[in-house]
Amino acid sequence: MSLELTGAEIFVRCLRDEGVEYLFGYPGGAVLHIYDALYKQEDIKHILVRHEQGATHAADGYARSTGKPGVVLVTSGPGATNAVTGIATAYMDSIPLVVFTGQVMTNLIGDDAFQEVDAIGITRPCVKHNFMVKDVRDLALIMRKAFHVATTGRPGPVVVDIPKDITAHKTTYTFPKNPTLRSYKPVTEGDSGTIRKAAELVLLAKRPMVYAGGGVVLGNAAAELTELVRWMGAPCTNTLMGLGAFPGTDPLFVGMLGMHGTYEANMAMHECDVLLAIGARFDDRVTGDLDKFCPNARIIHIDIDPASIQKNVAVEIAIIGDARLVMREMMGVLNASGKRLDGPALAAWWSKIETWRARHCLEYDRANTEVIKPQFVLETLYRLTAGEAFITSDVGQHQMWAAQFYKFNKPRRWINSGGLGTMGFGLPAAIGVQLAHPGETVACVTGEASIQMCIQELSTCKQYDLPIKIINLNNRYMGMVRQWQEFFYQSRYSHSYLEALPDFVKLAESYGHAGLRIDKPSDVEAALKEAFAQRDRLVFLDFITDQTENVYPMIAAGKGHHEMHLATDRELA
Amino acid sequence: MRHVISILLENEAGALSRVAGLFSARGYNITSLTVAPTEDPSLSRMTLVTSGSEAVVDQIRKQLNKLVDVVKLVDLTDSQWIEREMLLIKVSAEGEERDEIKRLSDIFRGRIIDVTEEAYTIELTGDGSKLDAFIAVIHSRRILEVVRSGVIGIARGSVTCAPDAP
Repeated sequence: MSLELTGAEIFVRCLRDEGVEYLFGYPGGAVLHIYDALYKQEDIKHILVRHEQGATHAADGYARSTGKPGVVLVTSGPGATNAVTGIATAYMDSIPLVVFTGQVMTNLIGDDAFQEVDAIGITRPCVKHNFMVKDVRDLALIMRKAFHVATTGRPGPVVVDIPKDITAHKTTYTFPKNPTLRSYKPVTEGDSGTIRKAAELVLLAKRPMVYAGGGVVLGNAAAELTELVRWMGAPCTNTLMGLGAFPGTDPLFVGMLGMHGTYEANMAMHECDVLLAIGARFDDRVTGDLDKFCPNARIIHIDIDPASIQKNVAVEIAIIGDARLVMREMMGVLNASGKRLDGPALAAWWSKIETWRARHCLEYDRANTEVIKPQFVLETLYRLTAGEAFITSDVGQHQMWAAQFYKFNKPRRWINSGGLGTMGFGLPAAIGVQLAHPGETVACVTGEASIQMCIQELSTCKQYDLPIKIINLNNRYMGMVRQWQEFFYQSRYSHSYLEALPDFVKLAESYGHAGLRIDKPSDVEAALKEAFAQRDRLVFLDFITDQTENVYPMIAAGKGHHEMHLATDRELA
Repeated sequence: MRHVISILLENEAGALSRVAGLFSARGYNITSLTVAPTEDPSLSRMTLVTSGSEAVVDQIRKQLNKLVDVVKLVDLTDSQWIEREMLLIKVSAEGEERDEIKRLSDIFRGRIIDVTEEAYTIELTGDGSKLDAFIAVIHSRRILEVVRSGVIGIARGSVTCAPDAP
């Protein structure tokens, strides 16, 4: 008879056996047994955040930058509800998280007990799956299943709700070997016949286009994508979630597509004759008006989630499978065919693309020496970090500019909330990224509105000595809201102006960090250099930027890819 | 178009709300939904009637299959199927109407399962259109209460919606 352990001890053992390095959390009544068990061990490093939303975003940043699941522990009631935004963020971007929520004692469930909330019910629409543990003997297996479901197939967050008494009950512990769920068997290999058909269609293309999304990053398929695109000699665009899946400095890369994508990417989408979509889900911010979407293209769609296929756009060839395995097999078929794409047609296609490129859609007023242009800060950031930094982002204009101006050559370096668009994501996400990559440069690109949504995590950064660089593009407006109000509400800036901003330099200093305010374009480079030279401490760079700068190009709602605006006075196409 | 979907579901607390929640969250139609345990106590059977364009119903099937608690799903409408619904109807039955209602019930192969001096309660089984027809012939002024079970269905022939062999 082996030794009996408490549920709390089993919890810790299970995390250890699962290979968990960091646990992002915040204690509370329902999880005190677990926190006591954590106190007595050294395998799992617990990161104490200042708000449970921060815990989920930090775990999310850890997961996005490593490919390993992010793990969170919060208490019942408000602990669970505070975590919901982070769970929904991970859900929309298919990020593997395992979130443990404490729950009131089993005999109190349903009685409106202190700090009781139906965590299973509240999180149900924004998790891949969730479990409640009702018997300590099920705990280890449920935890194992949670990690299995979160990390396989199309990844996503999984919540495990654990009543307090379960963590005190005792049973013997063995780490379950293979967690099998009869109802959960994600497909990995694509159908060979369909892959062959797709390869044949690719070979017929005169104007091919590759559109790759976050699935390529999540599926660790960047190398396969790069090989395939280069073999084809085709233009490649990445979605906001896919940036870094294909090298941003490769001449075949035409930039991000969609609402604030490049002119060349969107026009190539509009005029291509064969579209190869990989790990992308035809999101509304990508497609624009569906009736005008890729009117000339025969579409191939590779995705691990059957429900993503034919959801928004009807496609001719659908391959359900793991992006890496499918692309490898397709590459094999293409190599074995002894054929190549039509060279002269491809040359003509590229000369067309070059005319779109020549419009320089990301041009801005570089000559301005009076006021800092936000694009200039990001271009300088890119240059000084040689494109090698991990960049986390909040949500809004700064996010779009970072996506446009920072060229990612590697996957998992661009960490942003794409699907849910969660302001407040950037700083806590940077915590997870910096912990996972201690020696690397991690910069959080943010704005004065977003940063205030999780500003309390500056305290966490101090506690764990995380030398994150915060690039605050401070235009005293909720920039993207202001931009839409300018365009679509006759410049009625309803509640998008922040009239009582803190002194961010003093704020950073009061948390024990360094702060710098920069208001002249000529000081931008020096300030960034100074910040990056401080390798052991967090520096908060408060850039006072142009208040009225807008993100261009732009496809307005209801417009097609060919109907972009370059600036208010200049329409493209 | 109308689809009848048969689902085997883990018999877990919350499994039903995962299905119901999916329909409300994604704005799908749900015409009827029945659920009960099966001979295997770890599984529940759900029969779900929905409607929508082929593209929407395709999404409904895929989204349902994505739920971790869904063990197996068969769209009965893809082949030949049989469906049944049960109706319990309480009608006022007084005076000379009592015989007429009894005759109507017999014609529809209904059974009177409860009788008072003022009312009959009739049990009737069939597909939805048969139940609709019966309700139509019992004039609405006579109807005191209508309870319908929702549709259950099964495929004809050897097609089954049973768990795959392990």
